[in-house]
Amino acid sequence: MKENIIAFVCFLGGICLGLSGYAPAVLSLPILPVLLLSILVFLAGLGLGSNEGLTYIIHSFQWQMLLLPVFTIIGTLLFTMLAVFLLHEYTLSDLMAIGSGFGYYSLSSVLILDMKTMTVGIDEATKLASLALLVNVFREMIAMFGCAFFTNKGGSCAAISVSGINSMDVCLPIILKASGNDGKWLPVSVFHGIALELAVPILITLFCH
Amino acid sequence: MFRILFLLFLGIGIGYLLRNIRFVHRIGAATQYVVFLLLFVFGISVGRNQMLMDNITKFGLQAAIIALSGVLGSFVAAYFLGYWQKKKEGGKK
Repeated sequence: MKENIIAFVCFLGGICLGLSGYAPAVLSLPILPVLLLSILVFLAGLGLGSNEGLTYIIHSFQWQMLLLPVFTIIGTLLFTMLAVFLLHEYTLSDLMAIGSGFGYYSLSSVLILDMKTMTVGIDEATKLASLALLVNVFREMIAMFGCAFFTNKGGSCAAISVSGINSMDVCLPIILKASGNDGKWLPVSVFHGIALELAVPILITLFCH
Repeated sequence: MFRILFLLFLGIGIGYLLRNIRFVHRIGAATQYVVFLLLFVFGISVGRNQMLMDNITKFGLQAAIIALSGVLGSFVAAYFLGYWQKKKEGGKK
């Protein structure tokens, strides 16, 4: 939660600086977000690879565990496709890319910014990336505040799925508690988060090209 | 196009090989600071984009629609998966 607030303050600070027109030229070099994004993706990989949970997950891995992340991806993308009927100004692939963040707002938005700048220019790319940021912040918030509710209404599977990427960190304790501390959901929930973290850059790369 | 995926898998490989070195875990924690910096830089380009700032409420509403669609879709899909798995387990007993 604290990290989210700091992240929000940083973003807001950036907006204010951009609005004021006093942003130093070095901060708006196009290479800067690309460079930072590359570092972030590499570090995210490093974190995934060195994750202590990973060895545990590999040991308790069952093929069935793959089903839940696959269902999350299919369900999210299918319903995001339906949103195209309400939002005519976006193409289907743009909406799919935006929906493919699964709550991972930082990576998904900047990935879209990076990839779309090359094809549609910086202004349109900033618009799509901002939308992706908002969508995935909303998804994280809905998951965080609603995951006890989702567990009670739809079962632990549904709550893990709605949490998206956050099923391995922010939402994990809430889901486990609402599931009656049933130990079998721990590996499922962590694996779901890891699988989606891998899926986010792959899906966004796919939909942005 | 594959630069990002290459970097991701390179990171995973190196992280896995060096997972027993404590320093690597600390680098992992640095991710958070890169995210802050990245959002700050991203914020600047958003602030400079007049069209975006003028239509912020419209974008908020659109974002809510997309976010809710995604949440609903994953809820429905996982609800049926959970239901199906429970039924299968029940059948075995």
